[in-house]
Amino acid sequence: MVEIGHFALILALVLSVVQSIVPMVGARTGDARLMAVGGPVAVTALALIALSFTALTMAYVLSDFSVVNVWENSHSLKPMLFKITGTWGNHEGSMLLWILILSFFSAMVALFGGNLPATLRANVLAVQGWIATAFLLFIVITSNPFTRLIPAPIEGRDLNPILQDIGLAVHPPLLYLGYVGFSVCFSFAVAALIEGRIDAAWARWVRPWTLAAWVFLTGGIAMGSYWAYYELGWGGFWFWDPVENASFMPWLAGTALLHSAIVMEKRSALKIWTLLLAILTFSLSLLGTFLVRSGVLTSVHAFASDPSRGVFILAILTFFIGGSLTLFALRASSLTAGGLFHPISREGSLVLNNLFLTTATATVLIGTLYPLVVEAVSAEKISVGEPFFNLTFGPVMLPLLAIVPFGPLLAWKRGDVFAVAQRLMFAFGGALLVVLATLLFIDGASVFAALGAGLGTWLVLGALTDLALKSGIGSVTSAVALRRFIGLPRSVFGTALAHLGLGLTLIGIVGVVAFQSEEILVMKPGQTVEIAGKSLRFEGLQPTRGPNYTEDQGRFWLLGADGKPVAQIVSAKRFYPARQFPTTEAGIKTMWLSQLYISLGDSTPEGAVVVRLWWKPLVLLIWLGPLFMMAGGFVSLMDRRLRVGAPARRKSAGPVKVGVAS
Amino acid sequence: MTRKQKRLSVIAGALAFLGAATALTFYALGQKASYFYMPGDLQAATLESGQRIRLGGLVENGSIIRGQGTEVAFGVTDSQETVKVRYTGLLPDLFREGQGVITEGTFGPDGVFVADSVLAKHDENYMPKEVADSLKEKGVWQETKQ
Repeated sequence: MVEIGHFALILALVLSVVQSIVPMVGARTGDARLMAVGGPVAVTALALIALSFTALTMAYVLSDFSVVNVWENSHSLKPMLFKITGTWGNHEGSMLLWILILSFFSAMVALFGGNLPATLRANVLAVQGWIATAFLLFIVITSNPFTRLIPAPIEGRDLNPILQDIGLAVHPPLLYLGYVGFSVCFSFAVAALIEGRIDAAWARWVRPWTLAAWVFLTGGIAMGSYWAYYELGWGGFWFWDPVENASFMPWLAGTALLHSAIVMEKRSALKIWTLLLAILTFSLSLLGTFLVRSGVLTSVHAFASDPSRGVFILAILTFFIGGSLTLFALRASSLTAGGLFHPISREGSLVLNNLFLTTATATVLIGTLYPLVVEAVSAEKISVGEPFFNLTFGPVMLPLLAIVPFGPLLAWKRGDVFAVAQRLMFAFGGALLVVLATLLFIDGASVFAALGAGLGTWLVLGALTDLALKSGIGSVTSAVALRRFIGLPRSVFGTALAHLGLGLTLIGIVGVVAFQSEEILVMKPGQTVEIAGKSLRFEGLQPTRGPNYTEDQGRFWLLGADGKPVAQIVSAKRFYPARQFPTTEAGIKTMWLSQLYISLGDSTPEGAVVVRLWWKPLVLLIWLGPLFMMAGGFVSLMDRRLRVGAPARRKSAGPVKVGVAS
Repeated sequence: MTRKQKRLSVIAGALAFLGAATALTFYALGQKASYFYMPGDLQAATLESGQRIRLGGLVENGSIIRGQGTEVAFGVTDSQETVKVRYTGLLPDLFREGQGVITEGTFGPDGVFVADSVLAKHDENYMPKEVADSLKEKGVWQETKQ
């Protein structure tokens, strides 16, 4: 089975080379038969890579330690779920997952791209083929997951314990679906440049891919953040770690792309800019892959790495980023410019959005790469952390957040800011109330915290106002308003949901950063501690045993107002003998949107233990927000599919225009 | 305003914004980036009082002293020079004698390094990359390949 996996991978490489060349030659010479090769080849490559991935997964499931990769990252006593997820918990396996997802997207273009012009489809598939070829070569030459180990050891070395978690089962696949999803946008952009032709229809084809990739990337980042929050035991949700930034940059650029593609689709303006963004977004995804996989950074993601891999990925990076930007420089001027618009208009607001988002991306990029550059040039080691990003990323993003509610309410071509401001009076009043209430009723609230909470409320209410105005609530009878509400285009709901989610995340961040309370103390069994008005009693440490670890469980009782215990919270220190690796398992008690977070430190022989306690108000909103954003993206996607997949139906039914505010 | 003037003012506005963001970024890089030192590098370094740095090295054997509550003092060494470090809080899982750590904080007036964070990164060899690189340069420590 293992060798079958290896052969399938090599066959997929050969097919990818065919996919890179044949359809493109067909598109150039106008040979329909050559162009038609792309589709079946892409689908077959997917089948082969899926077979290869299954082979590796089976080796993990069966604990076949004659495979080096399995021996290094698995253990026969590991729970089955983590045996399976361990497949991508290491360098080789995660690259295989990367290429699996890439070929999945190529096959999707092949299968659902029937309504694309034949040459565009052929070129897109060919560019996807180049990417697949590069990464398959990378795997086969430098990171073969199927290398054998003879004689086979009896037992494996186990997976890094902090990766043995359900969060890891979900985080990398989601993140990769996002990263790699942007490859389709990239391929469309490069194909358009090769053809030298681009129009509004191009944006309509690219938008669903951008949306889908963005939804997955949002989920992947949020999942990674929540995983770090509960698994690392530090109680933080974002560390501005270079690896986090690596996933955040494509997200920021992808968000900009999402918005500029709207302008291109509706008004056929910003064409060249949208192309550039599509290229940049995937370039940042590649950069992220390079940073994480090459070992230039230290983190949980930097699995044992060797320099030849770094050089190989750097070569891929240079080829695709350099090549696509050169192509852009050569061909972009030949593309026709689009429609004109007034600075104060929907288009104008989206341009502003792009200006802010790309600047924010640039600040994150500089903060991430600067230490690497300094180290390479001067051998001095520096670190750029939270203080830097607070000073740069913050001031760039805050004005953007403040103007978000205006965007969807402005009219296309020429808008009226004052009329929109009037419509937003209610949202503004609500935000002002929250600011005042925070200052008056919460002890120790700073002006910044109050303004932050107000800004979050402004975003949430602004999104709701948008929905209310577009369905005419307040100006028409409720029955009509309800009918209009239901009939609103899905993309209007999508926008509102995503912007609302942004507001929720902001409120959550303000809640935690400004209002969390923290306590570090040594607790003896039976001792009670007060935090944020809650009493917690420490019962003592209890040694227990898991399948492949031992742990000391610290048991706590949350006491009610009458001093009676209401809920038990267990926090533990684990030890994984196979890797000689200790971990902290935080004890978390969720109360509505807030959480009580307990993490254990060293214990004394008498049974006392160092305890770190946090009360984290509204912390769940931080991850609830991205869920709303994902829902928004998903709902918009529904809208797109109707328009893209069923143009004929739309023609017969007639376009449905619903009272969009003028 | 003519159309051309309008367009120019929009472009000027965008450029002003980009300029401000660039200036802010470079100011922040100068102010907020913290430098990494090993104990042996400190003599050559000129530190302003209260400047935040990252101090890395190995936790000196037998140097860990637990004080009241969660206070802890330990030595960080590159096996030639040693710096005393004081820290209050929860030590990371991987903190132990002879292991690599990175501490971040400032030097107090008594010459003791007061750390507000202690990192022992999630590396199986208990060796943060910066520490490993510096120790390798000094020839104190070699990477062991299993």
